[in-house]
Amino acid sequence: MQQLARRVEESFSSGIVRISEWRGDVAVVVTREKLREVAQFLRDEPGMDFDYVVHVSSVDWPDDEERFEVVWEFYSVRKRQRIRLKTRVPESDCVVDSLSDLWKGADFMEREVYDMMGIRFRNHPDLRRILMPDDYTEGYPLRKDFPLRGKGWRDTFEFLDEIPR
Amino acid sequence: MAFEDQRTTVYKVDPEHPESKTLPTLRTEELLLNMGPQHPSTHGVLKVILELEGERVVKSTPVMGYLHRGVEKLAEDGTYHQFIPHTDRLDYVCAMYNNFAYCRAVEKLLDLKVPDRAEYLRTIVAEVQRIIGHQFWLSAQALDIGAMTVFFYCFRDREILLDWFDELCGARLTTSWYRIGGVERDFTPSLLSKLQAFLDYFPPKIDEYQVFLEKNRIWLARTKGVAVISAEDAVNFGLSGPTLRGSGVDYDLRKYEPYSAYPKCEFSVPVGKNGDTYDRYWIRMMELYESVKIIKQCLEQMEEGPIMADVPSVTFPPKQRVFTNLEAMIQQFKLFSEGFKAPPGEIYCGTEAHKGELGFYIVSTGGSKPYRLKIRAPSFIHMGAFDHMARGYMISDACTIFGTYDIVMGECDR
Repeated sequence: MQQLARRVEESFSSGIVRISEWRGDVAVVVTREKLREVAQFLRDEPGMDFDYVVHVSSVDWPDDEERFEVVWEFYSVRKRQRIRLKTRVPESDCVVDSLSDLWKGADFMEREVYDMMGIRFRNHPDLRRILMPDDYTEGYPLRKDFPLRGKGWRDTFEFLDEIPR
Repeated sequence: MAFEDQRTTVYKVDPEHPESKTLPTLRTEELLLNMGPQHPSTHGVLKVILELEGERVVKSTPVMGYLHRGVEKLAEDGTYHQFIPHTDRLDYVCAMYNNFAYCRAVEKLLDLKVPDRAEYLRTIVAEVQRIIGHQFWLSAQALDIGAMTVFFYCFRDREILLDWFDELCGARLTTSWYRIGGVERDFTPSLLSKLQAFLDYFPPKIDEYQVFLEKNRIWLARTKGVAVISAEDAVNFGLSGPTLRGSGVDYDLRKYEPYSAYPKCEFSVPVGKNGDTYDRYWIRMMELYESVKIIKQCLEQMEEGPIMADVPSVTFPPKQRVFTNLEAMIQQFKLFSEGFKAPPGEIYCGTEAHKGELGFYIVSTGGSKPYRLKIRAPSFIHMGAFDHMARGYMISDACTIFGTYDIVMGECDR
């Protein structure tokens, strides 16, 4: 696994922010600009051969300058290895390149990330909400500033106060 | 009305007329058909908008989310233990495997070693769950495309196993039997003898299921060569489980990233070659035999021992001690009220459920709740390939494709 990480690091002179390994999972953090290039490398380079997208996910870090983290996890069916690719985007401009033309399976997964976290994917063929209704305007549910009980008409409910002690 | 007009204009044309060489072609238009959300073959509430040319599907757009309950958001609000019952409700047909996948993910996050006996118990129950899942799949899929008999036979045998679950953990479907670091309780002698009896009873029944279908010409015509997907496309779309193996891709996490007691068992991974619905059916049938084999080996190899890892900061004390020992009670109380703290970091852990790779991606910041928990649900990802697989087939084949994925909307929409 160390070898894999070193190989990625050596192949790119810039754009790799950090490479980490924890509990056997290798994670590569890249800048937003380099994302597509690194992804292409992971898919097409013979030693890499990551032909299978496992999941696309996102994490919200409200206190950070670059608020959102987008995560792709890849697997190589032939080489039987895994790698995680991550990038950060700021809230003011949360757009990343879509990888759905490289891995068709990423199409629905990226739509889910858009739906849940509000990150837009450039050149995505059909970027619409997928789990929430199309006309949902109350925000993006998995952001940390979205309350657990929901927003909108629920706010008008009258809840009973807690019993005073 | 438009259709009538066209017919009359066509019939009025004189074939001898020189202009009839350039006959106006029949005006056709694509038909949009909403299939679902209350269609019986959609296994829950799923809508697919089909664009049709005649009876052929030109394009299909799945519309999902009718069963979205925000499970990932709920996970961020509870402790790690509190999320286990939520996993039951993901794929409600196979709750045990969801528990298993989640507990494994948390154990990877904590770097926790599970005792041997617990590993065997987990594997046995997971394989029993796989049998139930495949039986359910077989009955529902055959029923969707018009073969009803096998449904009753599958449910008759599934009932035995569900009753067995009932005796094991007190619930038939929403089981929550797995715990982080082990399992909730051990097998009783009665459970063991019932399982042994089932293992002798079951293999002839698998042959019986096959007889119902493989001599049924209608069923064969509706599965052979239907919903074909090539190996490259299947990998590219991220399919997993029997849906991927049907296309000839040998990808089974039980074999290639072995976990629990699987490395100690001998079993084979059936792989299809045509990538059609029939091959995926065949793989599931073969997996039933393999599951029986795995359970038998586990029962032989299993030795006495603890069923829960002894890490007081994470795992629950045995129930008997909670009521007699003060420390154990405090430990139980603390775990239930505030949970345990997981080290900061992030992991992904995939488990081969009977539908495909069920994975959990957990980000922890060192607190007692997951900071972010993402569920990689095979049903959801399989729906991504629906459009690709349905194009060019008939409307009725759409039902076959839902069936062949083995989708459960609880897991798909989360």
